[in-house]
Amino acid sequence: MLWVDKHRPTSLDKMDYHKDLSSRLSSLAAHGEIPHLMFFGPAGAGKKTRVMATLRALFGAGVEKMRLNHRSFKTPTNRTLEITTVSSNYHVEINPSDVGSGDRFVVQEVIKEMAQSGSMAAAASVRGLASTPSAAGSEEASSSSSSSSSSSSSSAAAAAAGAAAAGSSRGGRATFKVVVLTDVDRLSREAQAALRRTMELYTSSCRIILICESASRVIEPVRSRCLALRIAAPTQPEIMNVLDAVAKKEGVELPKAFAAKLSRASERNLRRAVLMLEASKISNYPFTPAQMPQTMDWQRYIEALAGDIAGAQSPGSLLAARGKLYSLLINCVPADVILRTLCHCLCTRAPNDFARHQIVSWATAMEGRLRAGSKEIFHLEAFVARAMQVLKGVALQMAELQAASAAAAPAASV
Amino acid sequence: MASAAPAKTMPWVEKYRPRRMDDVAHQDEAVRALKKAMETGNLPHLLFYGPPGTGKTSTIHAAAAELYGPTLVKKLKMELNASDERGIQVVREKIKNFASGVVGSSAAVADADGKMHAAPAFKLIILDEADSLTSAAQTALRRTMEVHSKVTRFCLICNYVSRIIEPLVSRCAVFRFKPLAPEAMRSRLQHIAEGEKLVLAEATYDALLRISHGDMRKAITTMQSGAALFGGDLSPAQVIEAAGELPDPMADRILNVVAKTDFRQVQTAAKDTALSGYSMAAVVDKLFDRVVGAADMSDLVKAGMLERLARASRAVAEGCDEHLHMLDLLLAMQRCQHGWVVPTDSDPDAGEL
Repeated sequence: MLWVDKHRPTSLDKMDYHKDLSSRLSSLAAHGEIPHLMFFGPAGAGKKTRVMATLRALFGAGVEKMRLNHRSFKTPTNRTLEITTVSSNYHVEINPSDVGSGDRFVVQEVIKEMAQSGSMAAAASVRGLASTPSAAGSEEASSSSSSSSSSSSSSAAAAAAGAAAAGSSRGGRATFKVVVLTDVDRLSREAQAALRRTMELYTSSCRIILICESASRVIEPVRSRCLALRIAAPTQPEIMNVLDAVAKKEGVELPKAFAAKLSRASERNLRRAVLMLEASKISNYPFTPAQMPQTMDWQRYIEALAGDIAGAQSPGSLLAARGKLYSLLINCVPADVILRTLCHCLCTRAPNDFARHQIVSWATAMEGRLRAGSKEIFHLEAFVARAMQVLKGVALQMAELQAASAAAAPAASV
Repeated sequence: MASAAPAKTMPWVEKYRPRRMDDVAHQDEAVRALKKAMETGNLPHLLFYGPPGTGKTSTIHAAAAELYGPTLVKKLKMELNASDERGIQVVREKIKNFASGVVGSSAAVADADGKMHAAPAFKLIILDEADSLTSAAQTALRRTMEVHSKVTRFCLICNYVSRIIEPLVSRCAVFRFKPLAPEAMRSRLQHIAEGEKLVLAEATYDALLRISHGDMRKAITTMQSGAALFGGDLSPAQVIEAAGELPDPMADRILNVVAKTDFRQVQTAAKDTALSGYSMAAVVDKLFDRVVGAADMSDLVKAGMLERLARASRAVAEGCDEHLHMLDLLLAMQRCQHGWVVPTDSDPDAGEL
């Protein structure tokens, strides 16, 4: 098991940072009622971890017994779509943007269906309060196996019986089901618009938790229906603390200087920091002060590419860059990540701010076209060509200035 | 607990939606004209437009409730909004079917609420968010509106009247809903806070008014999220956090860095802002306010910056990569501030898509 998963905190009081947010979440959960929630923040900030911890606070440890389901369904246009869901007795997690352009149907069909059906646990706990726990268990098992047509009756009965037991032991606080939707910012507008109505109609039986990186890509009507929670990326000291704690638990000696290096290289992404710690430990342990953190190989590859571009600007080097861009794309590095990283590396290498301003402008312009267009390599290459043009222009200008000042110096002395 | 729960999570916007026309705040002209029309029983087709959260939907629903009474209203009112399917097919079938059906007896009936409702001889179709109707659907509506005007009145509601085709506008009595005045909003918010047993400081109300720009719904939603998240005594800073807005210290930092001449500081500021999770939309909104109100910038600098903010706003609407665009925006603002020009500023290739 990876350290990231092994040492992921499971309850709200064990969170390492954003303590006041955690305490607010647990006071929300303590009421046994939550509004629709939207967690937003950069990658590796701990959105998912907090969602799971909140669910645990709401429903107890039962939410960690999860199963994977594949289901396929037909759209009105007769296309068959497949989607994977992860669910427990209390919640369903689903990533509707997985199915691409059919995401609207997922929202309209699958989510609606889940929202309508409510949670078995809820039904069980209500009955559990009314009658004795054992009677409730058997009664619930029989009723749900007869009513459920999609799942096999034995598994439904087992699940319901388990849920009934859990429900009655906890006094049946939460009587709704939670649907967790990830990557909401990747959903199409139509899918988001369809979500609007679903969120209103089934509030009584179902709460929706949305997770996304950028809140501006979620349409306003959906945003305004949720309690929005901003999860900021951890600061470098916070990352160092977490790394320290992980190393202690693993019995690994982690010098302060190396932890600082790791947290700097992680760009405030905690997941990346812990992964790098584990990778560095495998590659070289005990850690030496001079050791560099084990970064991703695609990152190093892009850095090298930026070096090539800054080194020589010619049709030949453009061709060489094309090869490297292709191999990055073939290895499934997303084009926008390539563009962003390349722009960052080139800015570090550029001779002056005049060049940097232009490189960023070009990167931004090409990012727009990348999104609108379909063939990624064109726009990446266009960016490389433009960056070369900028760098060459600046180099020529500087040479001219030098020559001019060299020429001006004797003239002034005469 | 179980019985108290639904009330707790019920959105306050719904809970405190005005039920009677007299409760609608700050839209006196529209309400007065509507009331007059209702008294004479001669209601024209209606078109309400105005910014979000000004009471358009509330007004027409309140009017319908007063007109029909609680029983008839279900039969005689139909509402379609953007979350329903509303292509041309729907206009042709659903709307036409509803519009063409006859209205029952127009005799006055005593309703469940004990009052007499002179049931009018027409039905009401409310097309909410009408500016998202396709123009084909709008065209199909033209004739339907005229043919069935004996038994049906339409009420179109939209944010931008310019997105409704002219022939439809000319068939309706047009009412503009203005953004709510601060005093009207404040008293309404205080009323809700009382109902929810919240005690808020004056400064908190000021913050709510500031972030909502006359949008009642936004103010109420923010107040509710804030109360759920931070408990009863909200501070102005918490209101800004609950609304997801960029707080002033962050905006100060950005403007400070932009005023300097260092590339690296701008880069760090852009990165920190993005990593703190603030959305680009919030950043653009806040900077817009700050730049417009800035006392220490020349008009030329302001104009340049606002143009850049407008471009960024468009990029946000298109779903851009926020890290890159944030950096580009701040760098462009830095150039405006110092009067720097780089070739990409005038290169059409680098500017527009």
